[in-house]
Amino acid sequence: MPKQILFACGHTACAGCGQAIAARLVIETAGTNTMVVNNTGCLEVFSTKYPESSWGVPWIHSLFENAAAVASGIEAALKYLGKEDIQIITQAGDGGTADIGLQALSGMWERGHNILSICYDNEAYMNTGVQRSGLTPFDSDTATTPYGKQSFGNPTLKKPVPEIALAHIIPYVATASVGFPQDLQRKVKKALSIKGPKYLQIHVPCPLGWRHTPNLTYKVARLAIETGLYPLIEYENGALSSVRKIKPLPVEEYLKLQGRFKHILNSPEQIKKIQEIANNNIKRYNLLIQEETPSSSI
Amino acid sequence: MREFLEGSQAIARAVALCRAGVVAAYPITPQTHIPEGLSEMVANKEISAQIVNVESEHSAASVVLGAAATGVRAYTATSSQGLLLMSEVLFNIAGLRLPVVLTCANRAVSAPINIWNDQQDSISLRDSGWIQLYAENIQEAVDLHIIAYRVAEEKNVMLPAMVCVDGYTLTHGWEAVNLPEQQAVDKFLPPYNPLYKLDINNPLTLGFLADSDYYMETRFAIQKSHQEALKALLEIFQEFNKYFSRDYQNGLIETYRTQDAEKVIVAMGSVCGTIKDAVDVLRKKGKKVGLLKIITFRPFPAEEIYGALKKVSKVAVLDKALSLGGQAPLYSEIRSVFFGKKSAPKFIRSFVAGLGGRDITLDSIINIFNKLSLKETKEEFLDLKPELLQEKL
Amino acid sequence: MFGPIFTKPLTSKNNKTGSWRTTQKPKFLQKNCIACKMCVLICPEGCIEGEQKNTYHCDYDYCKGCGLCVEVCPKQDIIMVEESQNL
Repeated sequence: MPKQILFACGHTACAGCGQAIAARLVIETAGTNTMVVNNTGCLEVFSTKYPESSWGVPWIHSLFENAAAVASGIEAALKYLGKEDIQIITQAGDGGTADIGLQALSGMWERGHNILSICYDNEAYMNTGVQRSGLTPFDSDTATTPYGKQSFGNPTLKKPVPEIALAHIIPYVATASVGFPQDLQRKVKKALSIKGPKYLQIHVPCPLGWRHTPNLTYKVARLAIETGLYPLIEYENGALSSVRKIKPLPVEEYLKLQGRFKHILNSPEQIKKIQEIANNNIKRYNLLIQEETPSSSI
Repeated sequence: MREFLEGSQAIARAVALCRAGVVAAYPITPQTHIPEGLSEMVANKEISAQIVNVESEHSAASVVLGAAATGVRAYTATSSQGLLLMSEVLFNIAGLRLPVVLTCANRAVSAPINIWNDQQDSISLRDSGWIQLYAENIQEAVDLHIIAYRVAEEKNVMLPAMVCVDGYTLTHGWEAVNLPEQQAVDKFLPPYNPLYKLDINNPLTLGFLADSDYYMETRFAIQKSHQEALKALLEIFQEFNKYFSRDYQNGLIETYRTQDAEKVIVAMGSVCGTIKDAVDVLRKKGKKVGLLKIITFRPFPAEEIYGALKKVSKVAVLDKALSLGGQAPLYSEIRSVFFGKKSAPKFIRSFVAGLGGRDITLDSIINIFNKLSLKETKEEFLDLKPELLQEKL
Repeated sequence: MFGPIFTKPLTSKNNKTGSWRTTQKPKFLQKNCIACKMCVLICPEGCIEGEQKNTYHCDYDYCKGCGLCVEVCPKQDIIMVEESQNL
């Protein structure tokens, strides 16, 4: 039986765009009984340039920071109409989630609306020309944190939005990656089966902003996880319910594929700092695959 | 049914009568009693609206945007800083052609912070595409909310509407009001049935990116729809009179004893009540004076204003707001009505009063009428305190 | 009066992004395919279809030539060829 298309071809995303992969997987998993609210960003721009739209579900874009609030209004309206079974998803980039969009999200989480919020984390304001955001990683070269005589790029760590979400005591918080598409789909399905606010942060490489060839999107995404730099975690009702365990690769394997980190490849000190970030993640979430001990082989 | 009510409570009852389905508001003085009233009605099961207690005005406006886009009648209320904070969303709502209704409890804007009444907040949003109606008293405030939903939801209008009520004066004042019966309101204001909405059975894309090839026509269309709104309001006010026996003349403006007036003050909002009293006092003394009250500020009823003032020789425009660095807003718009016209007042003079809630007294108004006799044509601030001004710090 | 106010669903199909390709395009060999569907999952355009083994192919009207399908195929059953090659 032909699958109903909910995110059509013909959108103007860059070749190899991680966000396009993720957005299509999200809506295909969610299905037709879904309304989508999108913040301003790459996804909104490349999927709805008039007179064309890629979307096969009801979709609305208002402003940069208010998808969570618009969605709250849609949820209230559907409640008023007695149509609470319709799924509502908000979508935003890392800027629209962690920076300008944080207030609306916080309010929506606190009020407990039955809405899934997706963050497409490509780690900078890509649509406006690769400026740094609160989710830009340490030492990343961006237009507003360029490396130079006295700079190694972005000087701060990623804002821990999943932890902020957890602090709001919402029933489901998880991270995902286009390097693990089936896991992504599983998490979307899981999230939508839970009532209340849900947050899913998806790591999506950006060939243009991260400066790698389009065909490396999958590999780069996987390396982010396999080095421990981007933990794949899942929290249900505040308790860590799953992590993707790894045999950690050195962070250089990940960094060397991307132009945005080229400037630190010759700096052992900077690489050490980034390795520390990965090591902290590995420790914190217990990401190490346990070695088999003699007793366990029975 | 005639009741003695606080203005905010009367407005809340009017919104309830309009069967608003989603209400989202953030507290700001002096609007607070309105959403409080609605919350109480919901808590006591008197109405079935969904209340969303948002974390800022920007989100309040966004919530009602989402609700209206889903096909449910929505309502919010704010003042001053709140209106300015949500201003980006208000432009968005107008651009999306969603018929949301908002109460602006007119209040001065910061800085300095001031909680008292003037009209700077709503006047600053006159470019937004919203219909703007100004109430003189609490009865009008009630009626204008019902009319606001009706005109906003007209199929050839589909624009959001703001009902402006002077903060404290009308929100916290008490008046005997006639609240219409629910049945009559239901007949006058049919259920909200938008031309397009978020619908699983018809999955449309709203809020797309429109580049230079497509943007301009959307604005032209809103301009045209404001013209349609002018026509629609004339009919709606007539119909309102039939249903509820309250005559607002043409509803766009109200003329008070302007027939043979030599001097007329033009104003909006509650100050018109004081001006009517001043007119009566002076008329008793044989002075030929009158008031032109603007009820509908957007769309701007240029034709009706022209008709009312073209034979009046001396006009004063009373602004409770400024366009800092330029001419006072209402004044500049009234003036522009007459450019190039055969008949026009001899002069039109600008008076700025009441900013930050400074009282506008009967004597202040009588003073304006007296000043219209002099040759002075410069803008004048009423009841200014020069002792508070300093050239140098 | 209304200007542009909403867009109909799935109308992006009118935009044939296959014209973006300049040098290379994927060729689905359909020899060793195990129908793992990784290519279907990873394509940013969503223009790859298939059900049984060796039935997978892309829609060249929309394929932008990113090469991700080639990278993810566990059987190397997809290769990049010159754009000019007849398939």
